Amino acid sequence: MTVTAPWEPEGRGPVVGVTEPARPPSERTGRSAPWWLWVAGVVVVLPLVLPLVSLFGRVLGSSGAAADILFDARTAELALRSMVLTVLVSATAVGVGVAAAWLVTSTDIPGRKTWGVLAPLPLVIPSYVLALAFLAASGPRGTLATLTGWDVPVLNGLPGAWLALALSTYPFVYLMVMAALRRLDPALEDAARGLGASRWRVFWTVTIPQLRPAIGAGALLVALYTLSDFGAVSLMRFAAFTSAIYAQYAGRIDRTPAAVLSVLLIVIALVIIWAEGRTRGRAVYFSNRPARARTAQALSTWERVFALGFLGTLVTLGVVIPVIVLVGWVWRGASVGEKVSIDWGAVGGSLLGSSLAALLAMAAAIPVVVLMVRYQSRASAWLERAVFVTFSLPHITVALAVVFFAVRYLGPLYQSLTVLVVVYASIFLAQATGSAKASLLQVDPSVEEASRSLGKGPLQTLRSVTVPLIRPGLLAGGALVFLTTMKELPATLLLRPTGFDTLAVRIWSAADELFYARAAASALVLLVLSAVPLYFLVLKEPSR
Amino acid sequence: MRRFALIAIAIALAVSACSGGSDDTLTVYSGRSEDLIAPLIEQFKDETGIDVAVRYGGSAEIAATLLEEGANSPADVVFTQDPASIGTVALADLLAPLPDDVLGIVPERFSDTDGRWVGVSGRARTVVYDTALLSADDLPATEDGLTDPIWESDVGIAPTNGSFLAFVAAKILLDGEAATLAWLEGMAANNAPAYPNNSSIVSAVADEQLPSGMVNHYYLLRRLAEEPDATAANYFFAEPTAGSLVMPAGAGILATSANPEAGAAFIEFLLSESAQSYFATQTFEYPLVPGIPADPRLPPIESIPTPDIDLSELASFLDLATDLVIEAGLL
Repeated sequence: MTVTAPWEPEGRGPVVGVTEPARPPSERTGRSAPWWLWVAGVVVVLPLVLPLVSLFGRVLGSSGAAADILFDARTAELALRSMVLTVLVSATAVGVGVAAAWLVTSTDIPGRKTWGVLAPLPLVIPSYVLALAFLAASGPRGTLATLTGWDVPVLNGLPGAWLALALSTYPFVYLMVMAALRRLDPALEDAARGLGASRWRVFWTVTIPQLRPAIGAGALLVALYTLSDFGAVSLMRFAAFTSAIYAQYAGRIDRTPAAVLSVLLIVIALVIIWAEGRTRGRAVYFSNRPARARTAQALSTWERVFALGFLGTLVTLGVVIPVIVLVGWVWRGASVGEKVSIDWGAVGGSLLGSSLAALLAMAAAIPVVVLMVRYQSRASAWLERAVFVTFSLPHITVALAVVFFAVRYLGPLYQSLTVLVVVYASIFLAQATGSAKASLLQVDPSVEEASRSLGKGPLQTLRSVTVPLIRPGLLAGGALVFLTTMKELPATLLLRPTGFDTLAVRIWSAADELFYARAAASALVLLVLSAVPLYFLVLKEPSR
Repeated sequence: MRRFALIAIAIALAVSACSGGSDDTLTVYSGRSEDLIAPLIEQFKDETGIDVAVRYGGSAEIAATLLEEGANSPADVVFTQDPASIGTVALADLLAPLPDDVLGIVPERFSDTDGRWVGVSGRARTVVYDTALLSADDLPATEDGLTDPIWESDVGIAPTNGSFLAFVAAKILLDGEAATLAWLEGMAANNAPAYPNNSSIVSAVADEQLPSGMVNHYYLLRRLAEEPDATAANYFFAEPTAGSLVMPAGAGILATSANPEAGAAFIEFLLSESAQSYFATQTFEYPLVPGIPADPRLPPIESIPTPDIDLSELASFLDLATDLVIEAGLL
């Protein structure tokens, strides 16, 4: 039985269970990627590369100014602050996300289906709304103090940014790990338990190592999302790198400083991507046996109380408090006669844009992921980096580069839904590839080999073997893209067709003018609409 | 591949549905929010029969978009919250001169000296304060008093916000670069809490999380409309400094507009009595057309001490303002 094995005999990766030496499929078969796969991969990544090229162009064309900004002490300080926040948020999101996913998929915790849907819900609340809600809930006149009479301090600065971002990002880890747990063959865990290992020991030494690709992919998304976030950090008054970039856009005609700072952000992102690659090492993670259903493990009473307390806190912070605050705003506005209604045009715009983006990202993820996993090379590694780097850029940076390009070279496509959807899919492609990649790493390449040796061509194998096998990961990725697109603001504002409206735009526009009742109404609609795909994503057990 | 085919079809459909905007449509880039402006647009459409398509965004983003678009911009009219954003568009030579009869409606001091944009509604810089903690007598005569250590951590500012940067640019014009840097450094030394925008400062003051903050006047009135018993008030500086500047929201016509007549009609409409009254009663700004009253809770615009300043120059000092804010460590 091959469960995990190093790709090379001298591989550094974890070796779990009985292993036999295996090598990457490309080495094993000597096949190189079919040309059309590369064409597809390059076409898919092209829109991502564009903003990067334009940034580097601006920086290189700026002579000495770039160096001044790069070596400024304040730039270094902001970079450091952003990195501290990123590390804190990622560590928290991984701990919370893995624990919640494991409790919901692998134990008999009461109400596990309900928890399963509630736990990832903070993902659908835009981080700036979450931050606004926490600010309104805390402090001497905040909702919490009013309801309880306690003396509640104001939540802001690093703790505030950390809490808001950890809550809005742990669902990345949760969803990836959940998908992985469902695909994971529990045989090895059962065997370890049968041999007398305690549940903790099994969890740490058997389950976690097998989940590494999913945890890594989730953590990478969390880290890069945190790096690119502007809404939550600025509202929580934590000066981070993106604050500096936005400030440059707000106050300057000269675009060089913003471009220089963005390039530095790319460097930080590359370091994070590199670090994630290092932790994963070169282990392989597939089983060549069909996965069986996981048996729910019985929790003791104390474990149950603790687990319920943990999930309860999570849902209280990430869902209940924000919803109470939002409903309170609607109430306050309605009681002074403000007209609060649902903007159906914005609902339609959000749904249309987000579903197209999700479909496009899922389709685009297929060639990228297959190149990344099955035909590893230097070129495919850069393909992957481009995907992740774009995810880490502030959206205004990407959007302005696209404005510059589209208005000159794309003619009537400028300010069309097509360009907006392509940009959505590009910015968020990392979510689809991350999730699909974790799935593909769990698929034994010998299945595909078998298809090839039975006379199927590479395209047919891709269609009838690979894609169906990674479908859970692809769907999870598509759902993530859908949910984050629903929240997207800066690119939507700059690139949408004139008259095209989304809920995120309505929230921002109203909140910016202190129409909190209207902003809250739109936010609540967004929450409900996003919960629907989340519900199916979480509840749908994989077909076996 | 069925899925790819479906996507292609869906996108093709979406494109055909959304590629629009015929030549006789007036395209407005609005840095002012849809919640405030949409009713006016409807009224303009009804009155003139001109079809209007509006792109809403932040003023800074709208200006940045126009700079990226350059001569290829589909925009006919740009309408921003502050004189600095529209000033950057004017500085990039993207605006056409406005007809004299449009410029003549508003007092000269609220418009571009070269006539490329006209002031539409006025926003006074004020200090919003918590009336449970402070009274107007506690506050200094000019913003220079706010660097006194007694205000440590008590005065919120929005250093990345367009209005604040325009105020800093005005201060450079009035007091010089060195004095402005010293003031910003004083605020930094005083640990002035930095917020992303005016609305979050007003919220923090109304929620008793912050004693006071430098904002534009109308956000407080907006908050009071939703929460009439909030304990907060506006303080107007007593002396004519950058801190007491009245900054107009501005409108202009793009040099590349295919439809400048409709653009001029739109700007004239913004300066009509009904639109000006709308600004007074719905957005709580100062109407700039003489004879139209502002909200009765506000001091008359003539009573606000006004520094002698050319608003057109603000934009050319924005880069320096940003530099100084960074140098002082406020960012």
